[in-house]
Amino acid sequence: MKHVWNLIKAAFKSILKNRMRSLLTSLGIIIGVSAVIVMVSIGEGSQARIENEINALGTNLLIIFPGSSSAGGVRMGAGSFNRFTFSDVEKIKNEATLIENVSSVVRSGGQVIGGTGNWNTQVYGVEPDYFIIRNWQIEYGEFFTLRDVAANKKVALLGKTIAGELFPDQDPTGQTIRIRNIPFTVIGVLKAKGQSGMGQDQDDVILAPSTTVLYRLKGRQWVDMINASTVSTERMDEAVAETRLILRESHRLDAGDDDDFTIRSQAEITEAVTATSRTMTLLLGSIAAVSLIVGGIGIMNIMLVSVTERTREIGIRLSVGARASDILTQFLTEAVVLSLSGGIIGILLSAGVVAILNRFTEYAAIIQPDIIVISFLFSGAVGIFFGFYPARKAAALNPIDALRYE
Amino acid sequence: MSKVIEIKNLTRVFKMGDIAVHALRGVNLNVDTGEFVAIMGASGSGKSTLMNLLGCLDKPTSGEYFLDGIKVNELNGNAFATIRNERIGFIFQTFNLLARTSALENVMLPLFYDRRGRIKNPGAAAVEALTRVGLSDRLEHEPSQLSGGQQQRVAIARALVNRPAIILADEPTGNLDSRTSVEVMSVFQNLNDQGITIILVTHEPDIALYARRVVELRDGLIRRDSPVTGRRNAAEDLAAFPEEEVEEMETPEQ
Repeated sequence: MKHVWNLIKAAFKSILKNRMRSLLTSLGIIIGVSAVIVMVSIGEGSQARIENEINALGTNLLIIFPGSSSAGGVRMGAGSFNRFTFSDVEKIKNEATLIENVSSVVRSGGQVIGGTGNWNTQVYGVEPDYFIIRNWQIEYGEFFTLRDVAANKKVALLGKTIAGELFPDQDPTGQTIRIRNIPFTVIGVLKAKGQSGMGQDQDDVILAPSTTVLYRLKGRQWVDMINASTVSTERMDEAVAETRLILRESHRLDAGDDDDFTIRSQAEITEAVTATSRTMTLLLGSIAAVSLIVGGIGIMNIMLVSVTERTREIGIRLSVGARASDILTQFLTEAVVLSLSGGIIGILLSAGVVAILNRFTEYAAIIQPDIIVISFLFSGAVGIFFGFYPARKAAALNPIDALRYE
Repeated sequence: MSKVIEIKNLTRVFKMGDIAVHALRGVNLNVDTGEFVAIMGASGSGKSTLMNLLGCLDKPTSGEYFLDGIKVNELNGNAFATIRNERIGFIFQTFNLLARTSALENVMLPLFYDRRGRIKNPGAAAVEALTRVGLSDRLEHEPSQLSGGQQQRVAIARALVNRPAIILADEPTGNLDSRTSVEVMSVFQNLNDQGITIILVTHEPDIALYARRVVELRDGLIRRDSPVTGRRNAAEDLAAFPEEEVEEMETPEQ
């Protein structure tokens, strides 16, 4: 143990004898390590942000679309292509044991006139459960109720963006707006949600009872989609299976028929988005890792020069009783000390860079402890890998030739 | 007196392409404890080859070599390194000190490889060795701050520090002026008087006069092996040198 400590001390001494050269040699590792950490931290940061935004929608959300998204076969016309009705929603509401909240969603949109001007926006016809499923909060006024839905009431909740456009700096509750010329009473304003993970303004929306939107604005009978929330995140898969059976029964599908709907869980959507961002992180990290390897080649280069330059020193050491293994360990230790010091400096540097990035730019980079450990170990591995060849070359020297070397 | 070195019919052949060079053609040599042997010979006589073999830096082609009672010609690798570390002190023509390393650390170098921990306190042993060669006031000086004679004395201290069975000096005065050469030889004579066995290779006859016994090599064979006649005392010769030259030796301070 004492011997190992002596070796490390000797390595430091010899590295400090050539300060400038050692610094330049480690620079490759310093830059490599800090590049890896900074890149991965930026990736982790954006991944966490996307995940947060998506999870804000509700982690146990199920979105049920009509039609098969993987429609490979030929469809037999409009009649055979079943769509959702309110009775589907009712059936889920009544029969599903693993679904907590469920709401039909009818999408419409158009020009909205009211207050100080007009605005083109989307109108979602929903049921009160939707506010819970999608985690909407109220700012002014109140939500509409099941009774409003049952009575096809022409009431509307304004998103923060619309409220600002039509009724700047005031509470619009009680005012009347016209959506595609049909008058609606504003009963409240929703709290701002900001941009979605995909960059959409989630507050540029009007929520109204789904029956009103369906019959008054769209004049049709099909519900566009169903949103539901499960009782727990753990029982998501069971909930999906249960909902599927209920809908198949509701649509009177035979055992051999394909589903005429698709159930997507929030987890799947999160998975898809974060997978993309994880791939980006990996890509950035690998590009940065290449620079670490280049740094390792720099170490090998300098160690080879060093072995040649110090041939006589090696001869002296051998003549006073050093074993070949002592010489090997000495040079290997030097290479590893060089690369590990480079690694430590790189970690400190990257911490500084990340702090600056987070302060002055929009990146919310997150340094994970595991990437620090990984890059530290990796820089050590680079030292061993690229230090081994020069060290072996040094250890293989013949003492007589080494002593005579000019 | 016990034999430190016993060599029987030692040969060494170098293969240079197709040509075999016979550097040593069968050397027999015994050296007892406390001897001071000068090995002489022209260049190409085989004296450096003999020195490398004695110092366990090289292995003979044939023959037997006992050092301190150990048959070393059958050893190799790590055992060879251990023999060099524990039983041999080397001194070279070009001093071979580590640059930018203090005298003290240079002297401590062999103890760094003292795996068995024979010497308990390396620092104290190194100071003692440097004191023996009269450099106790130069412990922290680096080679570049020392004169040639002082550097060679550091090298002698390094050879002494591991308490070797024998000191091997390969042309130790070859790079020194005549006054410094005598100074170094007085260090050797002094150590020999304290009972240390020394083998010295030189091609200068007047340097060989400071030894007790001269072995002359020619064409890989020993031609003469006799006690020195008219042995000189280095300390006396040193006193005979003019005084001002003594001052000239001093080196610039740090």
